[in-house]
Parts: sequence; C-alpha cells; structure tokens
Amino acid sequence: MAAVSGGFQRARRRKLQAFRAVVFILAGLFFLVPILAMLEFSTRAGNTFTSPRTGQFWRQIFDYPDLVAAITASLELAAITSAVMLVLLVPTMVWVRLRLPGLSRIVEFICLLPLTIPAIVLVVGFFPMYLWMGNNFSDNILTLAFAYVILVLPYCYRAIDAGLGAIDVKTLTEAARSLGASWFTVMWRVIVPNVSAAILNATLLSVALVLGEYTIANNLLYNNLQVEIAMLGRANAGVSIAVAVASLLFAFLLLVGLAFVGRKRPRQQEVLVKTYARDLAGKTV
Amino acid sequence: MLGGRRLRLDWVGTVPFLAYVGVFLFVPTVIIAVGAFLDDGGSFSLSNFAGLFQSDVVTATVNTVLLSAVTAVIGAVLGALLAYAIATGNPDGVFRRAVVSASGVLAQFGGVTLAFAFIATIGPAGFVYLFAQQHGLDFYANGYWIYDLRGLALVYLYFQIPLMVLVFLPALDGIKPQWREAAESLGGRTWHYWRYVAGPLLLPSFLGATLLLFANSFSAYATANALINQGNPVLAQQISGFISSEVGLHKPGLANAIALEMIAIVVVATVLYSLLQRRSSRWLQ
Repeated sequence: MAAVSGGFQRARRRKLQAFRAVVFILAGLFFLVPILAMLEFSTRAGNTFTSPRTGQFWRQIFDYPDLVAAITASLELAAITSAVMLVLLVPTMVWVRLRLPGLSRIVEFICLLPLTIPAIVLVVGFFPMYLWMGNNFSDNILTLAFAYVILVLPYCYRAIDAGLGAIDVKTLTEAARSLGASWFTVMWRVIVPNVSAAILNATLLSVALVLGEYTIANNLLYNNLQVEIAMLGRANAGVSIAVAVASLLFAFLLLVGLAFVGRKRPRQQEVLVKTYARDLAGKTV
Repeated sequence: MLGGRRLRLDWVGTVPFLAYVGVFLFVPTVIIAVGAFLDDGGSFSLSNFAGLFQSDVVTATVNTVLLSAVTAVIGAVLGALLAYAIATGNPDGVFRRAVVSASGVLAQFGGVTLAFAFIATIGPAGFVYLFAQQHGLDFYANGYWIYDLRGLALVYLYFQIPLMVLVFLPALDGIKPQWREAAESLGGRTWHYWRYVAGPLLLPSFLGATLLLFANSFSAYATANALINQGNPVLAQQISGFISSEVGLHKPGLANAIALEMIAIVVVATVLYSLLQRRSSRWLQ
C-alpha cells in the first residue's frame, strides 16, 4: 500500500516538475525576448535581421539636442523629486510615530491614495493648476517635480515605513534628546543613519519612476525623456529604441541595486514587494 | 512640565506634509470633482455627463472595458499558472526570490519603452516577425494588428502577468499540504482535490485579483498612447484629447466627467476586490 502511494506520488512529482519547467521556459521567453529584441533592433543597420551590426544609433543619441535636453531634464527631475520626497516624508513619518500615533492611519491613507487615482485622471486636475503656475510663476519643466512627488509617494512611504518599523524610533530619540540633542541632530545624526537602507530604497524607486514617467509630462506638454523618446520614434526608430534600452538598463541597474540594499534580510525584499502588491490592490479603499 | 500646551502644538510638525498633499493631491481632485459639474460659463450643469454618451466616448469606453476584461482574464490565468509554478518550488530558494523581485519590477514596467520593446520584437521590422515571415508564417497577412487593440492587449499582458503573480502568490502560499493529504487519505484524486478543496478556496482570491488586473489595464495610458497614434481608441486617450487645446477639441468639463467615470469604475473594481479578498482570507492566511 505504502509502495503504491509512493509510486503515485513520485509520478505526480515528475509531472509537476515537467509543468514547472515548461511554465518557466515560456515565461522566460515572453519576458526576455522583447528586451533582447530592443537591443538587437538598436544595433541593426537594415530592415532584415541578417543586416550588418552597427553602433551608429547609439552614437547618434548625442546628435539630437532635444533628446540630450530631455535626458538632462529627467535626471534633474529625478534628483529634485527624490530630495523633496525625503525632506517631506522622513521627518513627518518620524514625528507621527513619536508624537501623533493617532494620525498614522491617516498619513498612510493619504500616501497610498495616488495608487487608486490613475495618473491620467490626476493630470486632468493638474492641467489648470500648471496653466496658472505657468502664467504666474514659471513654466519650467522642472516644475513637474511637484506632481512627481505625489506620484512616488506610495512607494516611498512603504519603503521608509519598513525602515522605521525595524528600529526603535522612540527609544533612540528619547536617548538622544535626554543627552541634549536638538531635533535637527536627532533627525540627521540618529534617525537617518539608522534607516539609511530604507532611504536609499525610496530614492532608487523614485528615480526609476521619474525616469519612466510619460503620462503627466505628455499631457502637461513638457518634453521629458519618455515624451522625447516617443516623438523620436516617429523620426528615427533606431535611435529612439537605443535610448529606450539605455534608460531601461539604467532603471534595471537601480532596481538590482535595490535588491542588494535588502540583502541583509533576505526575505524583507519579498515582503516589501508583496506589500506594494497589496497596496496596488487598493487596501486603502 | 511637558504640559498640555506642548501637546496641542504637536500637529504643527505635520503641517508641511499636509500642506503639500493638500495643494498637489487634494486640490486637483477637487478641481475634477467640481469641474465635472460646471459648464463653460462656470455655472452648475450636468451637460458634461451628457458628453459621456457621444459616440466616440462610448466607443472608447466599450473598447477599454473589453480590452481590460480580456487582458485581466488572460493575465489572471497565465499569472496564476506562473504563480503556481513558483509556489511549488523551494520557498526560500534564490530562484523564487529572483522571480518575485522580477515580477515586482515588471508589474511596474509600462509606457513608451514597453510599447517599443514589442515593436522591436513583433513589429513589421522586428526580428521575431522577420524570422517567422522567412519561415512561411506571415502573421500580418491580414494587416498590422500590433497597432490596434489586439496588439495592445498582447503588450498589456507583459505587466498583467507579473502583477497577477504578486497578488496571487500569497493565496497559493496559504494552501496547506495537509489539505491535499487529507483529500488523498479520504480517497480523493487530483481532480477531486482541485474541484472540492483548493478550487473553492482559491476562487475568491482569483476573481479578486482578476478585478485588480481589470482596474490596472483600465487606468493605463502611456503604453496605449505610445503604441496607437490614431483615433484615441482608449478612454484614457480620450481624456488626453479633451484637456489639451492643441487639436481644437479643448473640452475641460468633459475631460473632468470622463475622469470621474474612470474613478468610479476603478473604485467599483477595487471595492469588489477587497470584499472578495476578505472572504478568502478566512482560510488562506
């Protein structure tokens, strides 16, 4: 009896292993081929896949001044957005943890709200605001950072919250305060060094999101990196795909870096990813 | 010494955050909600909602609902198979971690780069198409379907499947091997186990995740706009057409009304999702 059921289970396990192998191979093909195809496309001289290889599209990237300007603007936007996000979020979250725990649910709700409102909807509300801002203050592309901070809020909130949850903010602060540290010193020399991994995490996420942003910039009529890539796609597909690959590789590098930040606690990264998924799932509703 | 007066001033620490969120998240939302009920002269009117029934908006709504439903169902089925392949492997393995992290990245991947990746793969000059064509399979014999909703559906699967993996994996992890053993010891076959034990337990989760995928497709804009330049077949593109004044279609009120319609549909989907999720969490913890 035992032998029969053992054989039955072995057969089932073999079938399961075959199923897993097939699924992983198909998924691997579906997800890897498009990325490799971009690389292939951007280094091909003609319209058949046996055409000679060329590096001209990659070299031409810098021949398009509009493209260079867009790359610069997107990098600046990424830096400004990350800085504003950190200055806004870290002190507030620490303060709420210390003094206003009753407010923590509300802050969480607010921070996760942009996940429920699609970017294309938000942009409808931004349009008259940016029109007004452009007429009265500045229509510089860097003003997009105001909107981008809202966009990255949910992801950065989760990353920083995970970091703060892993340390004892209250005890650390009380210790520092009782030794005579000012609030600024507490923030800058006690809290920040202790959650540096989480801060790096949040920064990398916002950089990746800002570099990939298209919806808001396109509808507010600003030419950031993605808008420029889309426009260039109509004039010179080779160069536009070369830039797309480059920006994608850059974002992947950032996110791989993010995986290494979480290396100390192997499963923490997975937990964080799952938390994002739950947020996306509209836990806020 | 730290009397009540100090306590009452604690909220001041959250003012910068609340002010920022108030201006850049709350104000745009109010602009949409109020603007949807105002006519061009600024007085109360329901005429914007009448615009929801003009032919191009209705067509776009139907298109978007169909597109979202199809990509949600296919994405959910394929994503569930992939998630099952992951869940049956080593729970602490490097492979699982890599796949989950990759899903976290790919679920966010969209927009111009993704559209271009598919153009470089199966577009008229993509190497997969060229290769297939050379071997006698011309899948564009009846027109370039990659540039219409069928192509868009294929591209959407690229982020729908990973999202399904993220939201469905926790449910699969909640399935206990003992349940299968119990079914077997009672004489149940594989079919019985799936039909009477695992299936009913996973169904609410599966349906909920499908709704989430629906909402996800429904609110996507960047990918659609990068792939399809003509005719604004997707609702998000209709919004975009009505806010920008470039093409002479400037109807901000109608854009607000469509935005509200989108929020309503997304909220209904996410509320249903969380109800189903609550039902399934009774067993799958």
